[in-house]
Amino acid sequence: MPREVVLSDHFVLVLTVLYFLLSWVIYPHMAGRRNIANLFSNVWPLLALVIGQMFVLIVGGIDLSQTSIMAVTSVLGAAIMATRFDPAKFEHNPFWGVVFSEQGGLLAGSGWAVPAAVLVMLVVGVTIGLLNGLAVAKLRMPPFMVTLVAMSFFSGLAIYLTRSENIMYLPESFIAMGKGAIGPVPSALLMVVSLAALAFVVLNASVLGRWFYAVGQNIRTARACGIPTQRVVVLAYVLSGFCAAVGSILYSARLEAGRPTLGRDLLLDVIGAAVIGGISLFGGKGKVLGAVYGVLFFVVLDNSLNKMPLDFYSIDIIKGCVILMAAVLDALRTRIAANQVVLVGMS
Amino acid sequence: MRCVPASLRIRLSWWECPEMVEWALEFDGISKSFFGVRALSNVSIAVREGHTLGLIGENGAGKSTLMNILGGVIAPDEGRIRLFGREYQPASPAEATDAGIAFIHQELNLFANLSIADNLFIDGFPRLGKSPIIDRRSARRQAKELLSLVDLDIWPGTAVEMLAPGERQLVEIAKALGRDSRLIIFDEPATSLTAAERTRLFDIIKRLHEQGRTIVYISHTLDDVLRVSNTVAVLRDGCLVSTGPCGQYSVDRMISDMVGRRIDQMYPARSTGPGVAVALKVEGLTQPGIVKDVSFELHEKEVLGVFGLVGSGRSEMARIIFGLDRCKDGRISIRGQDATNASAEANIRNGLAFVTENRHAEGLLMDTTVLNNLGLVSLRQFARFGPARILWRSGGLESANRVAGMLRIKSGPIHKQHVRSLSGGNQQKVVIGKWLLTDPVVLILDEPTRGIDVGAKYEIYGIINTLAERGAAILYICSELEELVGLCDRILVMSNGQIEAEFRRGDYQQEAILQAAFSGRGGSKAAPAGRIDSSR
Repeated sequence: MPREVVLSDHFVLVLTVLYFLLSWVIYPHMAGRRNIANLFSNVWPLLALVIGQMFVLIVGGIDLSQTSIMAVTSVLGAAIMATRFDPAKFEHNPFWGVVFSEQGGLLAGSGWAVPAAVLVMLVVGVTIGLLNGLAVAKLRMPPFMVTLVAMSFFSGLAIYLTRSENIMYLPESFIAMGKGAIGPVPSALLMVVSLAALAFVVLNASVLGRWFYAVGQNIRTARACGIPTQRVVVLAYVLSGFCAAVGSILYSARLEAGRPTLGRDLLLDVIGAAVIGGISLFGGKGKVLGAVYGVLFFVVLDNSLNKMPLDFYSIDIIKGCVILMAAVLDALRTRIAANQVVLVGMS
Repeated sequence: MRCVPASLRIRLSWWECPEMVEWALEFDGISKSFFGVRALSNVSIAVREGHTLGLIGENGAGKSTLMNILGGVIAPDEGRIRLFGREYQPASPAEATDAGIAFIHQELNLFANLSIADNLFIDGFPRLGKSPIIDRRSARRQAKELLSLVDLDIWPGTAVEMLAPGERQLVEIAKALGRDSRLIIFDEPATSLTAAERTRLFDIIKRLHEQGRTIVYISHTLDDVLRVSNTVAVLRDGCLVSTGPCGQYSVDRMISDMVGRRIDQMYPARSTGPGVAVALKVEGLTQPGIVKDVSFELHEKEVLGVFGLVGSGRSEMARIIFGLDRCKDGRISIRGQDATNASAEANIRNGLAFVTENRHAEGLLMDTTVLNNLGLVSLRQFARFGPARILWRSGGLESANRVAGMLRIKSGPIHKQHVRSLSGGNQQKVVIGKWLLTDPVVLILDEPTRGIDVGAKYEIYGIINTLAERGAAILYICSELEELVGLCDRILVMSNGQIEAEFRRGDYQQEAILQAAFSGRGGSKAAPAGRIDSSR
């Protein structure tokens, strides 16, 4: 393949389009109106998560706890705003009668229920991110360990709080956040596109953005340049937690439930889409556009696999292989780019 | 001639039937371009078997390109190489190794976590028969013999990370010996060595020479090159400028050949002297085990040198002053404002700047552009919209270009060129340049000229002078005494975390300075004769 194509920022987009066209030939309804709408509705929540993950990857970390943040915030938000709890499912819950009852959650029926629930979800996401960030930056613990423990703890907590039951009967106005539309534009699109635009401005056109990249490329140099490295690292995890909470809002609204196992199988998708989008696991590299392309590719792939006569596990195996290929390709691109640089350097 | 241990006989088979040839290595009309830029043009050099070639040139002159061609890393566009009389076209570094070439690099290629023996045999362990099991005992024994060839009396099971830099260098040489290398390339081998280790290295090189091995010695330390070489070759801008027997060369001639002009005065003069106003004041700075009761004043327009051996606490002191590390006791003030244990961020705002010792590890972001590096410290001043701190795409480009021009950084467009692809001297200029954008009151430089070529050194001296003339106070930490004597108004000598002595310009005696640096190291504390009291 010609160098310019492989090295291009838009390589993944080209691949996605080619793949989509190929699938279209085989499955003509791929390009049907309903499927396209479905496809894009899968893009937005995943993109929110990948953008959050990107901040952490850029500063040279990894956030495995995103999915557990989704689960815990999904449950907490629902516990506040659900209009009714099914006694058959929740009677034996230790919080029965304390936090929720047959009449619904804490603020059930109140006009403040949905804003309060959304706020709590975001605050909890940010807080868990803050804890992750502090453990990584101040205690200098390895990010992998910190967020793995957080993942285990908070996903366990979400299941404990609900005894593994989904919380149904969420208010209509909340569900509209994931499924509704403002005029012809889905509200999920609006939320995530503005999130992406904000991330783009931060990374490309702000001092903070330069600091993220500097910390990821060489934290010692960053420190010697007077960059507040600890604050930058903490902030990356906070943003990741925030984005995970946004993802949680969108997924919970689409599923119309507070779900303690929400996002359980999503971690691979998030990391996979990030890697496909050229966000380096070694830190210091990553662009919002790459995240968008990575998510698009992943969603198209997932969509096409679902059309094939395959079972759940085979789909996972294929997805794993594709992510592996993306990682290999990324290493290859890095090597081609590095070679070019080295060669110029010798002149 | 030295006796080769019996167990190495087989490994050193070429040694038994040397089939001596006249020319060990002949480059014939080698040319190489990268993207239209000539890196080498028509270079022809020949080295007699058993001779030592001293290859010199500024960074970017083409030495590394030539050695990369020899090592099979890249192929030449034109020209041929003959190795020991045979046509030689290596396609990979492995082929170069097989052909009997060993490279000993400045940056060592050893695995710090593995033992010496593991490192020596990493590409071919002795095995138990034909099984894949390593014959540890035999490996240790052979390792011991190889180590004895380089006078290293250390148990081969020792992890490399436990060794001093000089000892690691020796292990690297032992590795080359173990591979029967007939041609050994030394690329800046002595940079990180102490004086004693240096002497040892030269003894070994001499011995290798006596054994009849051919050596190419590349270094910026021209005295060393004169000391070890039979033949000297000088590269400049990809061309062979001159070559001839060592006797025809002096350090002065080497410099003028390398630079293409004469540097009559290595240390340019400064038009102003030290001022009266105190820019930086340090009182009783103490951090247990690191520095003890360090006090001095640094005035505006003054260049204050700090001399000391590695481990004397000089770099650690600088890190504490700058705010990267803490101190337990003492006071630091910048222009009268207290800055004790202030953060680096706050100190930078107060006008402090720090060119760190190791530009790769702590000075640069290698894989981003020159512009991003230059702007790293001063980003905030180019930001708009208050707390949002938005940067326009052109933000700082003009100022950065001005600094790049002033420092004469040789680079492509600074918003495109990556720092990794610059030469060492230009990289160092980028590190200095990022601080110029902040207009510092006090500039601390830690070993700013290490590993860069003569021309770039000269330019950096000029930059330091210019800054001092404009009113900055300079704290200059350096291991090269000559450089400090040439450049500084005063020199502080540190040893064991303390300031042992102070010398003023006109009062510099190299021996006394060295003595002060070595005092307090042997346990018996030297009399604090030159104990500093810099208050005027």
